Amino acid sequence: MIPLSHYLLVSAVLFGLGTIGVVISRNLITILMSVELMLNAANLALISFARWHADPGGHVFVFIIFVVAAAEATVGLALVIAIFRRKNTVDVDGLNILKG
Amino acid sequence: MDLVVFWIAAGVAVAAAVNLILQTKPINSVLSLVVVLFALAVLYLQLSAEFVAVLQIIIYAGAIMVLFLFVVMLLNLKKDEFSAYRKPLLRSFGVLLGGILIIEISLICRAFATSDAAEGPVVVGEFGSVGQIGRLLFEDYLLPFELTSILLLIAVAGVLILATKRTEPPPPEEHS
Repeated sequence: MIPLSHYLLVSAVLFGLGTIGVVISRNLITILMSVELMLNAANLALISFARWHADPGGHVFVFIIFVVAAAEATVGLALVIAIFRRKNTVDVDGLNILKG
Repeated sequence: MDLVVFWIAAGVAVAAAVNLILQTKPINSVLSLVVVLFALAVLYLQLSAEFVAVLQIIIYAGAIMVLFLFVVMLLNLKKDEFSAYRKPLLRSFGVLLGGILIIEISLICRAFATSDAAEGPVVVGEFGSVGQIGRLLFEDYLLPFELTSILLLIAVAGVLILATKRTEPPPPEEHS
């Protein structure tokens, strides 16, 4: 039996890597993918806690996170397409029209 | 045997996640994320979450990632249009932030390593099965489950408004 802390460690590393990806990358699509990575790290933590408390409610939470991730990905990608049509780039450093 | 499978899956997941950040072309990042999702599905199977593991492959790797691939192909970005990473100051800040976050969460996780629940309870065979999750979804968690359909409807409407091509020219940009 693998201890709970192993799974939580993997979850923590994936979440941290997702954070790094969000902050350092300039490509909007890569940023969205890093957000998906962070959601997956949270999912892993939820599944392992569900297993360790023998409570399948955590699986339901993961199911709902799947739906939220799907909605987030579609809306985010639609925004990327809209930005690309208008500015002809997906570089976040080039997006400063809200800066005033 | 269990531990070997765990370390292989965890190693693949972390290596692919690092690759996701390091790749400069978006298409390689998308494929790395698919590898991460499959490795996580293996971990879910180890945690006797069969239904979630199958959903992970069908919905995440099958549907959401295909959407990402389509957008990457649709945009058809020029190679080396801009450098993949932000300014050095922001980059080192990001690595520092992520490193601190990993260390912090790992320290919290050590509390669980020393607690008496390290072995975990024995679960019966139907734990995480489709029947059990389905019963939970339609009994205990009926309201959140129904609300997800409204969320999806809003997402569909929003995407249609955002992504459809308008016929009239866009307003002038130098309106500041």
